[in-house]
Amino acid sequence: MEAVNILPEVTWVGVLIKAILILAIISALAGFGTFVERKVLAFMQRRLGPMHVGPYGLLQIAADGIKLFTKEDIIPQNANKLIFMIAPIITAATAFIALSAVPVFPDFTIPEFVPLLGGVFVPSIASDLNIGILFVLGMMAAGLYGPLLAGMSQANKWGIIGAARTAVQFLSYEVVTGLSILAPIMLVGSLSFVDFNDYQQDGVMSWMIWQQPVAFVLFLIAGFAETNRTPFDLLEHEAEVVSGYATEYSGMRWGMFFIGEYANMITVSIIAAIVFLGGYDAASAFGWLFIMLKIAFFFFLMLWVRASWPHIRPDQLMWLCWKVLMPLAVINILVTAIVMMV
Amino acid sequence: MSLEQFKNRNVGTQNYTTLDLGKSPETGMEKFTQVIKRSLKGELFVGLGVVMRTMLQALFKGDMHTVKYPFEKMPISPRYRAIHDMLRLMESGNYRCIGCGLCEKICISNCITMDTRYDENQRKEVSEYTINFGRCIFCGYCAEVCPELAIVHGPRYENASEQRAGFSLFEDMLTPIDQLNLQQEYDGFGAISPNADENIKKTPLAY
Repeated sequence: MEAVNILPEVTWVGVLIKAILILAIISALAGFGTFVERKVLAFMQRRLGPMHVGPYGLLQIAADGIKLFTKEDIIPQNANKLIFMIAPIITAATAFIALSAVPVFPDFTIPEFVPLLGGVFVPSIASDLNIGILFVLGMMAAGLYGPLLAGMSQANKWGIIGAARTAVQFLSYEVVTGLSILAPIMLVGSLSFVDFNDYQQDGVMSWMIWQQPVAFVLFLIAGFAETNRTPFDLLEHEAEVVSGYATEYSGMRWGMFFIGEYANMITVSIIAAIVFLGGYDAASAFGWLFIMLKIAFFFFLMLWVRASWPHIRPDQLMWLCWKVLMPLAVINILVTAIVMMV
Repeated sequence: MSLEQFKNRNVGTQNYTTLDLGKSPETGMEKFTQVIKRSLKGELFVGLGVVMRTMLQALFKGDMHTVKYPFEKMPISPRYRAIHDMLRLMESGNYRCIGCGLCEKICISNCITMDTRYDENQRKEVSEYTINFGRCIFCGYCAEVCPELAIVHGPRYENASEQRAGFSLFEDMLTPIDQLNLQQEYDGFGAISPNADENIKKTPLAY
């Protein structure tokens, strides 16, 4: 009980600061992510990418933002207007709500000399739920209502196909995500991300990836599918279904789908970094730097894969999920369980 | 590189290589082993490596393909048929056109209008010469037929303007007298690029 008393008190101000930090940083990063994606993809195809707005095109985000905000918000005549308007908000909101249970930086206390907020203890996590992982996975799963409702409400055949693919793809890969992350959960014995982080604090060799390589690969594959990234971006695959569920969207509503997608990419990157690659090292002074590098690596990996690999067909997607990945995940859990018992 | 090997059209004597594609799997077990082989062979990572190598080459070895067009331009082939140029004689600086009217005659879209008269030395001079670029199809017949190499196709392909008339007068097309030393001789209609040999590449259709 003494150890608990040493910890500073988590006040609502601290939580609020953390929440505002997350919202501000992640939404800015999601915008910046579009720029990074365009730039990296361009380099990988020997192009220059955006170059003209600002130095090296850095202000391209501002130009895109102005365009998105001022564009006319068109709602199709035969669409179900209420659902059509709500759907993008679901995507963006669930993406950000999921981040509330994900630790990004170690705990820190605002220095005393800062006016008003000096001495406030900011926890590593906006709300350290004891079911953290379940909450995040659940929120990301709830995010499937965004594309699903959007596709079904817009009275457009491409949208319907996109919505159908949403349901098929997200529901299937939810299974693989859950099963693949179950084995690490069994090892750690907790659903809280902070416990995951603390479990791997004995140097690089204590990282979960060495104990659970199969789970790591499965989680990455499922993460790509859940964030709708390239080998599995069937929802809005331009060459097949115009823009899928986002066909009829314009302006900021379309932008919200985008922000939600990028926030989800960041969430998956953070989960992968914390659960499998050691997370932030609270004891080290550069823990915050290392976790940012890990997150950046996973983000870069998504762009890299997008530039390298082709799409797969929906039937191949289903085949991969149910006939390969899910059996592998179950076998992985069984092996982990047997090793733990022995 | 000699072109002879590409000109050989006798089927069976060319230097073809048959690809070893193997046989496609038939039974379930063969399909399964093929999947396992392909999964563990790491072909996907070869793809990743190629892309990363391309990016590093583009970034650090200057292997970037983008041409920042308004600021830098690609050299164009001498065969390119853009806005016409009227050339001058290098010796006297006088324009080469002798007013024969062949270009006006051969123009298939009837866009060249010219008028001539005799000057005080009883030499023919061009009193009026315009090309209607709203009609011109840039076929190049005028440059081909010109006996004096006076009207040629120049390299000016950026012909967007507020007024078409800006290009079409004789004086506009004529080499400015102070830039006479910069005037490029025309290789003749149908001249090939100086680097034509290097541009020839082996394509699947090279037979």
